[in-house]
Amino acid sequence: MPADFNWAVGGEAGDGIDSTGKIFAQALSRAGRHVFTSKDFASRIRGGYTAYKVRTSVDQVQSVVDRLDVLIALTQRTIDENLDELHDGSVIIYDGDRTTMQDVEIPEGMIGLDVPLKSLAEDAGGAIMRNVVALGAACAVSDFPIENLDSALEKRFGDKGSAIVENNKTAARKGRDYVLEEYDQEFGYDLECTDENYVLLNGDEAIGMGAIAGGCRFYAGYPITPATDVMEYLTGRIERYGGHVVQAEDELAAINLALGAARAGARSMTATSGPGIDLMAETFGLVATSETPLVICNVMRSGPSTGMPTKQEQGDLNAMLYGGHGEVPRFVLAPTTIAECFHKTVEAFNLAEKYQIPVYLTADLSLAVTEQTYPPEEFDMDAVEIDRGKVVDGETVGEWQDEQGRFKPHALTEDGVSPRAFPGTEGGVHMSTGLEHDELGRRTEDTDMRVRQVDKRTRKVETAEAREPFAAREFGDPEAATLVVSWGSNEGAMREAIDFLDDRGIDVRFLSVPYVFPRPDLTDAVEAADEVILVECNATGQFADLIEHDTLTRVTRVNKYDGVRFKADELADRITEVLADDDEKEEATP
Amino acid sequence: MSSDVRFTDFKSDAQPTWCPGCGDFGTMNGMMKALAETGNSPDETFIVAGIGCSGKIGTYMRSYALHGVHGRALPVGAGVKLANPDIEVMVAGGDGDGYSIGAGHFVHAVRRNVDMTYVVMDNRIYGLTKGQASPTSREDFETSTTPEGPQQPPVNPLALAFAASGTFIAQSFSTDAQRHAEIVKQAVEHDGFGFVNVFSPCVTFNDVDTYDYFRDSIVDLADTDHDPTNYEDARSRILDPGTEYQGVLYRDDDSVPYEQSHGVDANMADIPDGAPEDAMDLVREFY
Repeated sequence: MPADFNWAVGGEAGDGIDSTGKIFAQALSRAGRHVFTSKDFASRIRGGYTAYKVRTSVDQVQSVVDRLDVLIALTQRTIDENLDELHDGSVIIYDGDRTTMQDVEIPEGMIGLDVPLKSLAEDAGGAIMRNVVALGAACAVSDFPIENLDSALEKRFGDKGSAIVENNKTAARKGRDYVLEEYDQEFGYDLECTDENYVLLNGDEAIGMGAIAGGCRFYAGYPITPATDVMEYLTGRIERYGGHVVQAEDELAAINLALGAARAGARSMTATSGPGIDLMAETFGLVATSETPLVICNVMRSGPSTGMPTKQEQGDLNAMLYGGHGEVPRFVLAPTTIAECFHKTVEAFNLAEKYQIPVYLTADLSLAVTEQTYPPEEFDMDAVEIDRGKVVDGETVGEWQDEQGRFKPHALTEDGVSPRAFPGTEGGVHMSTGLEHDELGRRTEDTDMRVRQVDKRTRKVETAEAREPFAAREFGDPEAATLVVSWGSNEGAMREAIDFLDDRGIDVRFLSVPYVFPRPDLTDAVEAADEVILVECNATGQFADLIEHDTLTRVTRVNKYDGVRFKADELADRITEVLADDDEKEEATP
Repeated sequence: MSSDVRFTDFKSDAQPTWCPGCGDFGTMNGMMKALAETGNSPDETFIVAGIGCSGKIGTYMRSYALHGVHGRALPVGAGVKLANPDIEVMVAGGDGDGYSIGAGHFVHAVRRNVDMTYVVMDNRIYGLTKGQASPTSREDFETSTTPEGPQQPPVNPLALAFAASGTFIAQSFSTDAQRHAEIVKQAVEHDGFGFVNVFSPCVTFNDVDTYDYFRDSIVDLADTDHDPTNYEDARSRILDPGTEYQGVLYRDDDSVPYEQSHGVDANMADIPDGAPEDAMDLVREFY
């Protein structure tokens, strides 16, 4: 019996693939099983191939693997697209009555279950429920109690009334019963349930939740895949806490709206994806120079230009590090797991306000759109702390005024951080500008003041490096000769790859780095290793460049830029290859 | 106390670098008067400006202010106002800033109808880059970049605002100090987006749209039977390209500002020290 179970539903966009997958994932989560989902979708509303995959286990799962045990195929293409992942004994559920599936080819060694999804759904009250019939059939195949599906159906359709919920429950049972009656056989799957209570969410949702918990009250954004979920999450929720979401006319307006709100004292955020970051670049410089705290979330997708909007990539690192003209400090935070998306969002707001600096919070598409289960305690709201930094009020403002009683918003301080007065603060009146300015915020071209203001802004980074725990997360064997480093969503696949490698007798030390700038110093770790492997989803190795720059050591790059995330087994193979090449080279060298 | 505020309290100690005789002096004075007379204080006022001669205004006025990037002042103003509706927000721009690079934001700011005031110093030329055609320049106006004239009709900002469902659309002349201040004051008092296009002559680069030209050609709506609350009256005046009107062209007294229609009334600077008390409910939604 396999330790984990891999399931997928696939068809055309518009077939209800997403909600079918979501219901099954929810049912598993509510049955106390861990779940990891992944979506394969195209940039279109109807038609085209789309799939929703679910990997589940009683232990935590944090990546996808090249394996499918049960596949609900609504089109022939669903089978063709997943042929590599299907294996002997894989079960394919399809509706032979469907015109396009009448001549379906079930590959040799696999089990095809022809279930009249549509007509069973019609018996239950409507053809629209054919996917729920398929879910019922999947329950029969995997020996998963159908009652667990009930609670997911209640959650999904509860708002539509009890009749709809009941019809769906009936539909599911028709699917299950059909399989039990027509296919009296053992499929070899047994989905054990537990008493655990998990929550199931994706990275965008975790970012939205972190924003509210972390005090964000203003959000402005322009819809763009795959960042839109952040805006959709906040809409309707942030208002409960006195906040507001504005759908702006474009990304330029979005960042300027967010900037205005931040200057008024709100914790403020915008979220976008690569093309939007480009549009925001000019204002980004203003945010940094006017020393306005702002969180800019960049949910990366494949670039450049419009690239592949629904596909994975980690290609915007340089754009975030170096984007914009002139030189301005910024922080770049990159959560490595869905839970970290929550924690790093809270941290991003604190860092933005403590250092009055723009903070890029970046997730890649794989983190943003896939869902994972966690124990709810992972999101401990009591542990959330909010640090607003140097904010002055009517009483303390006097400490920061010049002889003429003028407030100094850009005071030259030792730590590089100046006081902040929100509008409405008596005695705090000041102007800020994108022009180089003096301590009062007035334009200056004075050579000395120019240098002192540039140094002051840069000093914030040094202060933060000294004060903040910008550390890497460590996994694997700390003594191993092979060091693997990655950032972003690769952490999940790499952690599982460690086990695959272990089975092959390969020990690795793995550092997952959630801080891109400022970032932890990896020099000691790199020097201690015989082989350093940098894993990232881009073609040129942007993060590898940084590590080479920091440590003055050549690293080996393992890159992937086909639009698909790393899978755990694939990553283990790639690392094994690198080490095998090393051995060959060693043998070849006398 | 705001009742003690004089308009000079809105003046900073910085010396304006506008050319002697520039229309922007009068435009700014009227803005300061309007703010003081409507009971605002510098501590509770936020001025936003973009780039160009108009963009310098945040330096010369005394209040909370941001001097931003070219064409993007309006969204900044809306952000300030929505984050703290108690703050009086005034945005200043020029014809290039507002109707060229910022035209998209202009149309959307008008239809968004946030309760703020937008004053555009319209001199029908790019001044700070030394004399190129602007979106409001005349079709035959010869400049360094348009030696034959732009050969495109000028933008009609009033019509743009009207087409975008503007709720307060006015025009004034910077040197007619009292009328100008009065019109801006009405814009400040309006519940919603108050838009004033101000003829603010450039004495250095525009020898066509001069003080004399405006003095001779302006028609003050106060001297006519114009009813600004009458949509049809407003439409016929706004779409009349042959007349330089001064006054309030259109005013919707039933205007509901964005803040009100969207229930935005909190000062968002006030947040708890940690997550909200019921924040675990947000987690439970994902069960």
